[in-house]
Amino acid sequence: MRNVPDSLLHPGKRNAWLAFTALALVLLALPFATDALLGRGWVRIADFALLYIMLALGLNIVVGYAGLLDLGYVAFFAVGAYCYALLGSPQFGLHLPFWVVLPLGALLACVFGVLLGAPTLRLRGDYLAIVTLGFGEIIRIFLNNLNAPANITNGPQGISMIDPIRIGGFSLGSTHELLGFTFPSVHLHYYLFLCCTLLVVFVSLRLEDSRIGRAWMAIREDEVAAEAMGINTRNIKLLAFAMGATFGGAAGGLFAGFQGFVSPESFGLTESVMILCMVVLGGMGHIGGVVLGGVLLALLPEALRNGAGPVQQALFGKTLVDPESLRMLLFGLALIVVMLVRPAGLWPSVQRRRELIADDGVVQQEQDTVYDSSK
Amino acid sequence: MTAANKALLELSGVGKHFGGLAALSDVSLHIRRGEIYGLIGPNGAGKTTLFNVVTGLYQLDEGTFTFDGVAYAHCKPHVLAEVGIARTFQNIRLFANMSALENVMVGRHVRTRTGIWGALTRHAAARNEERAITQRARELLRYVGIERPHQTLAKHLSYGEQRRLEIARALATEPALLALDEPAAGMNATETESLKALLQTVRASGITVLLIEHDVKLIMGLCDRVAVLDYGKKIAEGVPEEVRRNPAVIAAYLGGEPASPSSSGEEVGVEE
Repeated sequence: MRNVPDSLLHPGKRNAWLAFTALALVLLALPFATDALLGRGWVRIADFALLYIMLALGLNIVVGYAGLLDLGYVAFFAVGAYCYALLGSPQFGLHLPFWVVLPLGALLACVFGVLLGAPTLRLRGDYLAIVTLGFGEIIRIFLNNLNAPANITNGPQGISMIDPIRIGGFSLGSTHELLGFTFPSVHLHYYLFLCCTLLVVFVSLRLEDSRIGRAWMAIREDEVAAEAMGINTRNIKLLAFAMGATFGGAAGGLFAGFQGFVSPESFGLTESVMILCMVVLGGMGHIGGVVLGGVLLALLPEALRNGAGPVQQALFGKTLVDPESLRMLLFGLALIVVMLVRPAGLWPSVQRRRELIADDGVVQQEQDTVYDSSK
Repeated sequence: MTAANKALLELSGVGKHFGGLAALSDVSLHIRRGEIYGLIGPNGAGKTTLFNVVTGLYQLDEGTFTFDGVAYAHCKPHVLAEVGIARTFQNIRLFANMSALENVMVGRHVRTRTGIWGALTRHAAARNEERAITQRARELLRYVGIERPHQTLAKHLSYGEQRRLEIARALATEPALLALDEPAAGMNATETESLKALLQTVRASGITVLLIEHDVKLIMGLCDRVAVLDYGKKIAEGVPEEVRRNPAVIAAYLGGEPASPSSSGEEVGVEE
């Protein structure tokens, strides 16, 4: 903190472009590098990490911006996934194209978002969390039981053989040769998901710095004052639910097309909590933080799954703790540590940081003056 | 005093009950366009309740409430903000984790239109509107005399600045009536003096001011007319000098009658 680098306060355009280009290159090369260094399994994990980031960014709108604690967010993910699965699989023999099914799933999730939002408008904090949690469970239980009397969701067995994502005549489900490179299916999904994630980031950024975004934050800060200042809290809250749900639904559609199989098991409470953890751990209301949280929490369990067993084997000669339980243990620990050490999240919002730096800068200057004169 | 005689806000026979407690009963008053109207009374007299009725946080149980000739019963706060009633709060209610500038920008919400589509595409109209919002917010911050960097979070402002920021935020909604709930509470003499000057400027710009205040000096020096509430009833109304000499008012303040101090908490505001 001696001298705040100038680039932090006024990022030079040149540096920004350099960083941007470097990041773009890393993101483009990532699947090939991962494939070569760690194996194809990790590319698949990267794909899932991108899906999680999309979900976390969607939830960030509801929780981070509007301050509405939603513990049933995975329900929208489920709605999007099942919409895709039902309309693009042998279940009903429907094979609608991707560009119809995905928006439809997002739209349906949006409708569900409003359906959940409408009755909970008066609720806040814990009470809202309880209702949303219930909503999430209702959706999952419905999916689990809608196999009788008429078989819609195929119950706990789930729906398999879902159509791969096909854009035009280009199927992401098989390997393609392009420009001399070989693109396996997971690589193609990676690029599609990357585009979608960037789109979600873009939308979040734009919304954050807008009239609507400010209205969300005003509601988060003080709902009564926001309403007294002329914000129609009902509409603005519903909008937050709808936007968040739309992102969740879109991510769900991508998930179904990527995985080729959905079952209610994937949409349990743990998933909701996991997505919420990404938002909270990373930095609520800050896009960079949420992305960081998403990456960490999506990769950590995989790293543990692959690393914890062998490490224990090497240290103790046998596996003492099952990696799956270790994962939950470490999650809890990580959350507690983060909340104690960095209550605003690992990477909190720029504005707060900017203010801290500005304040420190002034103090630092004063201290420097004193120090110089005494010297 | 030709156009000024027209009533901007008119309450007649307003009553508000909380269970068995009559926080307001049969209160009638009218506020003329362009005046500074003071509302005083002992703690628990129902001043803040009256405020909350006028700004839509509470719904009145009896009587009528007209603003600018239109009756508004059972209206949501945001509707009243739109027709031109803005307020501040007794216990400061800023958007603590937003910057001073953003706080005022939120006040512009009700006078602007950009929706999701405009936010995403940032088309020309949206950009212009956003620029106008920022510009107006900066003007208002200077207008109320907040010198600090406008990016400072609201919670890091000094107490007096927070009070003034609330006024700036309320002014951003372009109100016809600005309702201030104890704006001078906790201010020192200098700050009160500059607040007084600010309110006179506000009035000069054509905005009617409704003021709850305990600082008698401020009320006497600033208000054109004053109403006194006690136990939810209006016990006096008139020019400050008149009201000050009114025996009923003196009794209410000095406890001339053997009345037990009100134990009700209606002054607490709208805490839930």
